[in-house]
Amino acid sequence: MSFPWAKPYEPKHPLMKWMDEKLPIPRLVYNATGPGYPVPRNLNYFWNFGVLAGAALMIQIITGIVLAMHYAANVGVAFNSVEHIMRDVNAGWFIRYAHMNGASMFFIVVYLHIFRGLYYGSYKAPREMVWLLGVVIFLLMMATAFMGYVLPWGQMSFWGAQVITGFFSAIPLVGEPVRQWLLGGFVPDNATLNRFFSLHYLLPFVILGVIILHIWALHIPGSNNPTGIEVKDEQDTVPFHPYYTAKDGFGLGVFLLVFVALTFFSPNMLGHADNYIPANSLSTPAHIVPEWYFLPFYAILKAFTFNFLWIDAKLWGVIAMFASIALLFFLPWLDSSPVKSSTYRPLYRIFFWVLVADVLLLGWCGMQPAEQPWVILSQLGAIYYFAHFLVILPIVSRIERPLPMPNSITEAVLAKHAPDAASGPAAA
Amino acid sequence: MVRPLGFLVGLGFITALVLAIFTTPLKNEPNVAYSFVKHPRHVKLASDGLVPHWDKAQLQRGMQVYKEVCSACHSLNLVAFRNIQDLGYTEGQVKTFAKGFQVPSVNPDTGEVATRDGLPSDHFPAPYANDVAARAANNNAIPPDLSLITKAREGGKDYIYSLLTGYQNPPANLPAELKPGTGLHYNPYFPNLNLAMAKPLAENQVTYADGTKASVDQMAKDVTAFLVWTAEPKLVKRVQVGWAVFFFLLIFTVLAYLSYRNIWADKKH
Repeated sequence: MSFPWAKPYEPKHPLMKWMDEKLPIPRLVYNATGPGYPVPRNLNYFWNFGVLAGAALMIQIITGIVLAMHYAANVGVAFNSVEHIMRDVNAGWFIRYAHMNGASMFFIVVYLHIFRGLYYGSYKAPREMVWLLGVVIFLLMMATAFMGYVLPWGQMSFWGAQVITGFFSAIPLVGEPVRQWLLGGFVPDNATLNRFFSLHYLLPFVILGVIILHIWALHIPGSNNPTGIEVKDEQDTVPFHPYYTAKDGFGLGVFLLVFVALTFFSPNMLGHADNYIPANSLSTPAHIVPEWYFLPFYAILKAFTFNFLWIDAKLWGVIAMFASIALLFFLPWLDSSPVKSSTYRPLYRIFFWVLVADVLLLGWCGMQPAEQPWVILSQLGAIYYFAHFLVILPIVSRIERPLPMPNSITEAVLAKHAPDAASGPAAA
Repeated sequence: MVRPLGFLVGLGFITALVLAIFTTPLKNEPNVAYSFVKHPRHVKLASDGLVPHWDKAQLQRGMQVYKEVCSACHSLNLVAFRNIQDLGYTEGQVKTFAKGFQVPSVNPDTGEVATRDGLPSDHFPAPYANDVAARAANNNAIPPDLSLITKAREGGKDYIYSLLTGYQNPPANLPAELKPGTGLHYNPYFPNLNLAMAKPLAENQVTYADGTKASVDQMAKDVTAFLVWTAEPKLVKRVQVGWAVFFFLLIFTVLAYLSYRNIWADKKH
């Protein structure tokens, strides 16, 4: 499961020996995140975000369990029970704001984690399974976050649930029955709130399970690295502990500083004012907007305004929105270039940065009302999004001539530190 | 297989989008009302920023404005009398204050609906028994609960302050369809321009115990400050705790960075 030079686990203390024979959990930890897991020596800070995503999930689970002790999932009292947490529960305001902003922090680090994977080709062989499980985690996160946002039963909770479950009604013939089945009624109501609470509590543990598979699948080939060149021998690697535990400790500190600044100094910055109004099925908010982390997908949904072929615009939008995520499952096979890292892919690198700008543009458009120029910008943005993955990427990976690559990770590292760096990898 | 199929799917989406571009008009429907709506004016309060504190004298004045003016129509459901100790009142003062209110109750002998004197554990009583009564008394508009109002509106405290001070006569060039209808009042800070609430504050409407002159601007500021407190009574504490946590983590992060550098000192990477 790991490299032959990985440090073997040798318990010294009799208690640890006894434990190792009965239930070798210390061995598992040692080999997974300890000195027994060799990792490329050249990882940059973008490799911190996997651990940070795990930390964000743990924060969400811990704060969430405490919130569930005080929250009541009933449409009559849900809104006030959240305010009870904010006002009367000891440190309840902190737990609730940490959970609310923790969701945003989770998505920030996961998006950076995903774009890291896109830039350095971490989705490619031999790590396709890591990527596939990652996309599953992303989908589960989106479902969990959506249901969590419904729980305070504010205006945006209610209307968000109305709009998002409304996607299913676009399915021909069975759409409306499916939507009613999901909601447990004709509109979001008590049945909806109860099942969303139940699933919102369940799914994080499903995510935790898939994360274990994600890490397991990662530990078979070992981590990718900024050169995209596979590990060849011992000098290419360092043991995870203490090298990367120390680096992740520093990364965690920076992450928590940002998290704390958001939670304590501007906790409502990423939320919507409307969600401090109790849900009211008779009053529609002027702009129904999802949470920021859904905005690019929301813009894609809204970009389809034309009934094309026998499919109407709404169904096009819904299919496209789901497709925009589902296509990530096929990414390892859409990109046929054997070169992983964009460092050596001059053409792909340009399109990668265009994609980053495109997703930010879509996010901005998703926030805006259905007016020009936002409609045409989201249409252009959506065109590029699909073109990038389904048209440009397969072609680029065919025609691109990669830059000369170093022979090994160590060679790349030493070239970087050589006094005459200008002479390139050959100098090492 | 994946690439040709993906190419076809991509082409399908792109065609649908290109057709959508050519069939969507590039001009927006003109929205005249939009050009009359004003951005909220900024109001500076002691609870703003990164070193906030509660201006207790102002909060007390704001509560007086709420009690004597706003509470005629607006409830404050989430605030209990005991909470106003935060405003600098003693326990005894809170008890006396609560006693001044009649809260819904049942007669302990007959079980009939009745009222009793307020206790510190009671919340501010609502002016109307239910939404129907609220609608009936207010030209079919329910006056919103004010507990969270500064968090529940775009623009927050600035919006509330601007709305309270922003009543004016409609401008001469206002199109007829945007003129206030019967029972409506023009206010350029309100998103629809016309709202059911009449101008609530007039000069010297309340008499402040501390001698502050009760101008409309002063009362609007005071009640806004009070409503910032009702929306988040833990605001000041939140920021103070935040700084302690922030500096603790800053030290942690510096130490973590130094130990990271130390551990990697002998490794080129």
